[in-house]
Amino acid sequence: MSADSIAAPRSNSAQSPKYKRNKASHSSFEMIAWLFMRLSGVVLIVLIFGHLFVNLMVGEGIHAIDFGFVAGKWSDPFWQIWDLAMLWLAMLHGSNGVRTIINDYADRDGTRMTLKAVLYVASAVIIVLGTLVIFTFDPCPAGAVIDLPSFCTVP
Amino acid sequence: MWSWVGHRITGVVIFIFLLVHVLDTSLVRVSPEAYTAVIGAYKNPIMGLGEAALVAAIVFHAFNGLRVIAVDFWKKGPKYQRQMLWAVLGLWAVTMIPFLIRHLTIVFSNLGGN
Repeated sequence: MSADSIAAPRSNSAQSPKYKRNKASHSSFEMIAWLFMRLSGVVLIVLIFGHLFVNLMVGEGIHAIDFGFVAGKWSDPFWQIWDLAMLWLAMLHGSNGVRTIINDYADRDGTRMTLKAVLYVASAVIIVLGTLVIFTFDPCPAGAVIDLPSFCTVP
Repeated sequence: MWSWVGHRITGVVIFIFLLVHVLDTSLVRVSPEAYTAVIGAYKNPIMGLGEAALVAAIVFHAFNGLRVIAVDFWKKGPKYQRQMLWAVLGLWAVTMIPFLIRHLTIVFSNLGGN
């Protein structure tokens, strides 16, 4: 029997030194991330399909998009909240997806850590920048003359 | 297998676009002239075809994502995953055809407009 015994597959034995399982983690982060992808995905379908329909399908479509178009939308809290939710959910959904891909394909620890550090910094910058732009935006900036929305009082 | 590859590739493409899209939209905070100039550079047939490809990627990722959710949460999801992939491709075509007619009409009819 002893001569015929077969080691458990992928065991951390001397016979398979290359395969090392990570130590069991008691954190539920990966489960929450998995659930977040599904929940945010459903919400993003509504937000992005609505975004594409209003910006590309209605009226003159993409030809209507200029400063005044954006100013008109963001003068309404409805579209501010819509775009804010879309920004945060899409960035977190996309960042988590790319994180998964990095974990799958970057085998070396250093490469994996570096790529994820770049990802997290880039994502944080974009989320903060986008949030600031939505909330500090002035639809009628002083000195501007072109493409202003109709409700601005042009001097 | 191929739906999984497609989901990953479209996901990465959409994410890269999203980074650029937030940056270009942020130009509204610089000046109306800066924003309108950069958006104006997008208004040509080549970018119009790029937008069509982007929307095609988004619509596939959206419908295939619903299929992934069905496989994960619906008891019979794994059994019908193949049929659901055909449903995804069918819904993708049904969504893309009217979108392309409308969007490409706009892109190619107002050449030089605005």
